[in-house]
Amino acid sequence: MIKWWKILSALLILYTLVWGMLGPVPHLNILHETIRNVYYHVPIWFAMLFLMGYSVVHAIKHLSNNDLRSDIISDQAAQTGLFFAIPGLLTGCMWAKYTWGTWWTFQDPKLNGVAIAVLIYLAYFILRSSIDDEQKRARISAVYNIFAFVMMFVFIMILPRLTDSLHPGNGGNPAFGKYDLDSNMRMVFYPAVIGWILLSLWILDIKKRIALLTHKKNEQ
Amino acid sequence: MTTQLLSSLIKKEFLLEFRQKSTLAGILVYIVATVFISALCFKKIIHPTVWNALFWTIFMFIAVNVSGKSFMQETKGKGLYNYLYYSPRQFILSKIMYNMLLMAVLSLLTFFFYSWFVGSLVQDLGMFLLTLMFSSSAFSGVLSLMSAIASKANNNISLMAILSFPVLMPLLLVSVKLSKHAIDGLAWSVSYKYLLILVMLNFVVVALATLLFNYLWKE
Repeated sequence: MIKWWKILSALLILYTLVWGMLGPVPHLNILHETIRNVYYHVPIWFAMLFLMGYSVVHAIKHLSNNDLRSDIISDQAAQTGLFFAIPGLLTGCMWAKYTWGTWWTFQDPKLNGVAIAVLIYLAYFILRSSIDDEQKRARISAVYNIFAFVMMFVFIMILPRLTDSLHPGNGGNPAFGKYDLDSNMRMVFYPAVIGWILLSLWILDIKKRIALLTHKKNEQ
Repeated sequence: MTTQLLSSLIKKEFLLEFRQKSTLAGILVYIVATVFISALCFKKIIHPTVWNALFWTIFMFIAVNVSGKSFMQETKGKGLYNYLYYSPRQFILSKIMYNMLLMAVLSLLTFFFYSWFVGSLVQDLGMFLLTLMFSSSAFSGVLSLMSAIASKANNNISLMAILSFPVLMPLLLVSVKLSKHAIDGLAWSVSYKYLLILVMLNFVVVALATLLFNYLWKE
C-alpha cells in the first residue's frame, strides 16, 4: 500500500528537478545560473536537519518511556540523516567550485559546522557499536544524541550568524529570502523543501520497518 | 543540606586527588613537557595566529586528560555506594565543579609556562584570562559528561577522544576567537557578543549535563 504523501514526494521532486532547470531565475553576479542549485542543495540540508531533529525527539522519547523501539527509530533516523549529508556536501562542493572557486574552504563557518556534524554522528555510531547490552546502549546513546544535537545546533545555527561567512544570510551577506529569491523561485523552492523532507521520511519509513522487524525476530 | 553534601563531595574529590599524588604530578609534568616540546620546536613564535592555535591545542589536550578521567576511577562498588547516598544531580555537579576548579588552576599554570617558554603576545591580559576561565569551566562541563558516557562504555580511552572532540569544537572556536581578540588588544565592545555566547554555553552545558546524567547513572 503506497500512502499519498509518498506519491506527493515523488511528484514534487520530479517537478522541482524539471522546473528548477527550465524555470526563470534572476540574473545575479557571480551566481549566474548556479542559483538553481538552491533548489537542490538547500532542501537536502533541510531534510538532513529534519531527520536529526527526528532522531533527537525519539531519543528523548526513549529516555522517558524506556521503549527500545524509540531507540531503534532514533538510530535509523540518524543513519538516514547522515546519508543525506552526502548529496548535501556534493552539491555544496560543486556550487562552491563555480562561485567561490574552490571545492572546500576552512574559512566558512557553515562548512566547518557540517564537517563537525558529520564527525559527531560518526562518533554516535561508534559509541553505539561499542556497547553490547541493548538497554544500556539505548540509554547512553540517547544521552549523547541529545547533548551532541544541542552543540551542533549552536555550531550550525548560531555561530555562523556572528562571524564572517561566504554563505548568504551570514556576516553581512544578504539572505536569499531578502531579495534574491523572487516569486518565481519561491514556486520551486518551497515545493522542493517539502518534497525532499517527504522523501527523507519515506526512506526512513522503509529503514525503520526493516529494523523493527529484525528486532522483533531477534526477540523471539 | 544539599550544599553541604555538595561541598563534602567536592572535598572528597580533592582528598582523593591529593592522596594519590601521582596523577596530579603526572598532569603537571604533562603540561611542562608539552610546553617545553613546543618551545623547542618553534624556538620563538612571533605570529599571533600560530601562538593562539598552539596554545589552544595544548589547552584542549590537557583538558581532555584532566577532566576526561573524572569517571575512570569509579568502580561498580563505589557507584552503588554513591547511588545510595547522593542524588545524581549532586554527584555530577560535584564532579563538574571539582573539574572547573582544577582546570582553572591548570589552565593558568599552562598559560604561565607557555608565556615563560614560548613568550607571551597577549596585549589585553584581562580579556585573555576571562576567556581562559570561562572556557575552562565550559570544557570541564562537557568533558565530565563525556567521561561519564565513556565510563559506561567500558572505559575506552580512545572513545573519550572520539566522543568529545567534535562536541568541544563550538566551544573551542569561540575561545580561539576571543583570545585572538585579546592578543590583538581589540576593544572589549568587539568581544562582548562572543563572551556572551561563551557564558551562555557554560549554562547550557551544565544544565544539560545535570539533566542527562540522571539517565546515565541508573544501571
